[in-house]
Amino acid sequence: MNVPKDLFYTKEHEWISVKDDTGVVGITDHAQKELGDVVYVDLPEAGSRFETGEAFGSVESVKAVSEVYSPVTGRILEVNSSLSDAPETINQDPYVKGWMVRVKLEDSTELHNLMSADDYKRYLEEELGE
Amino acid sequence: MVDFVGWEMPVQYESALQEHQAVRAAVGLFDVSHMGRVRFKGPRALDTIQKVTCNDAAKLADGQAQYSALLTESGGFIDDIVVHRLKQDEFMICVNASNRERDVRWFLDHRLGDTEIADESEASAQIAVQGPKALEVLQPMTDVPLGEIKYYWFRMGAVDKVPCLIARTGYTGEDGFELYLPAEAAERIWNLILERGSAIGARPAGLAARNTLRLEMKYALYGNDIDETTSPWEAGLGWIVKLAKGDFVGKPVLETQKQAGVSRKLVGFELIDRGIARDHCPVLVDGNPMGHVTSGSYSPSLQKSIGLAYLPVDRSAVGARFKVDVRGKMLEAGVVETPFYRRK
Repeated sequence: MNVPKDLFYTKEHEWISVKDDTGVVGITDHAQKELGDVVYVDLPEAGSRFETGEAFGSVESVKAVSEVYSPVTGRILEVNSSLSDAPETINQDPYVKGWMVRVKLEDSTELHNLMSADDYKRYLEEELGE
Repeated sequence: MVDFVGWEMPVQYESALQEHQAVRAAVGLFDVSHMGRVRFKGPRALDTIQKVTCNDAAKLADGQAQYSALLTESGGFIDDIVVHRLKQDEFMICVNASNRERDVRWFLDHRLGDTEIADESEASAQIAVQGPKALEVLQPMTDVPLGEIKYYWFRMGAVDKVPCLIARTGYTGEDGFELYLPAEAAERIWNLILERGSAIGARPAGLAARNTLRLEMKYALYGNDIDETTSPWEAGLGWIVKLAKGDFVGKPVLETQKQAGVSRKLVGFELIDRGIARDHCPVLVDGNPMGHVTSGSYSPSLQKSIGLAYLPVDRSAVGARFKVDVRGKMLEAGVVETPFYRRK
């Protein structure tokens, strides 16, 4: 399972990479594998604001739909609009080209509540028997 | 894997999309052994089948199959089935897994004479080989000239020495065959077909692909699109109702419904707004609740969101618009021609 070092993770299998007060959010390799072929991605409007744990969009495969929850509180700066024509990018490259939104963090201390790569790996092993 | 009425079945082997495309372009293998197989034997076998089904099984010749249904006294679906005539006094009926026990009880309750009714589901297996290259894959394994079997006909024959009922039937909209064979031989034949077919793109396909393939054809799924509350007239399955054939369970109500006309009709739709309408999403016509999406999915062949829903007859014409509530968003949908997909 691919779990990059420099990201933060949620129990719902989102990742966020943070630079200064800006975060980039997507779903993890584990999440895309569980979901299967992604055929549709629903993204929010730029400018909308989400609280931690609030669903900001959804990712759908042939067989299922999965809500995607904001790892932090903040306003959406930009969405990855290329996903509407190429939703399969999430399967192919969940951590780089498959990013979903860029968000302006309101409170960077919220990051302390998220998991590190090592924590997330352990979480996958323990909680999910991976 | 998911539990499907007690059967552990794969939703997908590797990729539902690729499995769907394999069936449309080459060949896919489905293990459909969970389906029920019931044998009828005896001089009154046909009479019994005529009594409990709405299609006319008397029209069948030896080696011919027919799509039909079991109905309640009030004309709703107990199950949709395929009747195979082996001989004048011997039939094999393929039923849905989820209805098998109830169907068998229903058959026994309506049995005429001393008709032998045997549930052979456990001892037998069923493999669907579906796709434009199905014949090419199967032919080297059997002496039966597969090209001579017409759609909805079957032959008895050996597939790599295993006795099979080989039917040119399926649930995908592609050419293909369904093999009915002894359970103990199923694994070997399954592996053999995959091995021989791998060079031309044969791959195993799971429940997700089976669902999108049948939905693109508007083939009804029992429990979703048809059930005890729906009549064949509403479901667009009037073509399997033969009122002229004589008495059968449900006939008086179907006659009344035919004269009076039904108020709703199962239609195919596409979402016009972006999104995917799925099973159970509420449907609104002019803002009024009108049931729900009975089957809805992304269509891999059309790359659109397609689905089925019951609409008021006067709002069911091709082009008619309505809304689907997809997790709180009211998305625009339009009635389209079905089947959604047409074989090239």
